[in-house]
Amino acid sequence: MSAQTRKLVALGAIWATLAFAPYWMVPLGGYTALGTRVLVLGLAAMSVNFLLGFTGVLSFGHAAYFGLGAYGAGFALKFLAPSTPLSLLCGMLLGGVAGALLGALIVRRRGVYFAMVTIAFGQVFYYIAFQWSSVTGGDDGLRGFSRQPLDFGLFSLDILSNTNAFYYFVFVCFALATCVMAFILRSPFGRTMIAIRENERRARFLGIPVERHIWIAFTLSCFFVGFAGALYALLNNFADPRGLHYSQSGDFVMMAVMGGMRTFWGPLLGAAVFVVLQDYLSSITVNWMSFVGMLFVAVVLFFPRGLLGFIRRNGES
Amino acid sequence: MSALDVRNVSKRFGNLVALRDVSLTVESGELRAIIGPNGAGKTTFFNLISGLFPPSTGTIAFDGRDVTALPAHKRVELGMARTFQITEIFPELTVFENVRIGAEIAGGYRLRPWISRGEKREIERKVEETLKLAALDLKAHRLVGELAHGDQRAAEIAMALSLQPHLLLLDEPTAGMGDQETYEIAELIRRLHRDSNFTIVLIEHDMRVVFHLADRITVLDQGCLLAEGTPQDIAANEAVQAAYLGRAA
Repeated sequence: MSAQTRKLVALGAIWATLAFAPYWMVPLGGYTALGTRVLVLGLAAMSVNFLLGFTGVLSFGHAAYFGLGAYGAGFALKFLAPSTPLSLLCGMLLGGVAGALLGALIVRRRGVYFAMVTIAFGQVFYYIAFQWSSVTGGDDGLRGFSRQPLDFGLFSLDILSNTNAFYYFVFVCFALATCVMAFILRSPFGRTMIAIRENERRARFLGIPVERHIWIAFTLSCFFVGFAGALYALLNNFADPRGLHYSQSGDFVMMAVMGGMRTFWGPLLGAAVFVVLQDYLSSITVNWMSFVGMLFVAVVLFFPRGLLGFIRRNGES
Repeated sequence: MSALDVRNVSKRFGNLVALRDVSLTVESGELRAIIGPNGAGKTTFFNLISGLFPPSTGTIAFDGRDVTALPAHKRVELGMARTFQITEIFPELTVFENVRIGAEIAGGYRLRPWISRGEKREIERKVEETLKLAALDLKAHRLVGELAHGDQRAAEIAMALSLQPHLLLLDEPTAGMGDQETYEIAELIRRLHRDSNFTIVLIEHDMRVVFHLADRITVLDQGCLLAEGTPQDIAANEAVQAAYLGRAA
């Protein structure tokens, strides 16, 4: 098989696996909402990796924009109008615009300093969500909203009680977002991101205003993660302040690194492993995170290119 | 109008004066070599011209325009391209991909989230042209990080060429090369100069290359301009001989 066909087969397999998830997951002992969680958190991890893996910039504060997306969707449903598409749009805009504004302040820093500043700004949002109880519900989170049926004029689709229907709704959203992401990465702008990742000095002396391009990539990634956050709020019918906490950002980075941050699909695999392990282990022990942590350490030590990077390398040789 | 007009630049790093009151004018189409003993300030001089950092005093004009305050990427936009003493490339990309990034930037597609089929073909044609010029067309689909040192240097030059610059700044293009590789790079530079009429400023340690290629030579020593002239003038210059052989001579 040529590299091209192998790529197409792999892509077909990924999409088929996702498209039929509700049918193969249940016989294997899973449940549909678990698949939905994988898609949503996978999209968030892929958004983080859009920066980490393809621009070479590590954000440890993406949970803030994820959480803002969730609160944005919740606010829209609770106070604006009972419309699922509108709530997604509001969540994405809230996460993306906040990312654009703060990103302008963050992009001048590099490496550890960049990561620290992203954590700091992220925690600001966490404490706002945590303390401003009258608006955000404080520690209890934002409640009192639920996802609404999709109205297509001729018919409407109940995504609230029908978990399969909701899975497919999230699947379509996920497919749209990842297609846009892949499209950007294959464009001239996407290649300037990779140039910055590979060699910042060379990129600068090829005429790329590096800070501006990192800012654009950061902003785009915040729009994607805000969109994922909005889907997460719809999934839970609830927005949680802990979704903004830096430990959540850490989880996203962990999913991306565990799955393979130099690959497009790696973070989705990382998210799947993370979510399934969490679901399974947390029913056995409250210390589930230590097992996930051990797996993470093992992956980083033995498969430095991540699980997918390892699979791909072995598939080639 | 000269391609490059540097007037009285100085550069201080804290207490260290790396460059003191250096001026230099390069005419369009000229190949200028900058030589000097280690620590003479040659690379600092290049960094000032290309905009890695601003001079402490003095001005730099490029194609008749004052660029002293412009950041590096703006100078590239105006047509200035450079290579580095230690090769700066994108090692995990192929030669083709390395050069394509430059070609797309030169085409004005830097911020474009899409590219049409026609534009893509046009870019690919330009990349192939550049690769042919740098004699890398047969290695187009190899990863740059896996190439021999000499080919990596050539790839870096090809990246600079892909920007279609008016001025090419080459920082020790033959650094760390054997005789054969040195010869090949020197031939490439000669072709760029004679056939394609690029304006080139080059820092070089290998005197065979310098005297073979340069129209004029500028000699820096301890941050100061020591001499400037044709290769014959410089070969005969006693101050230059003294600087190279040691001051006691």
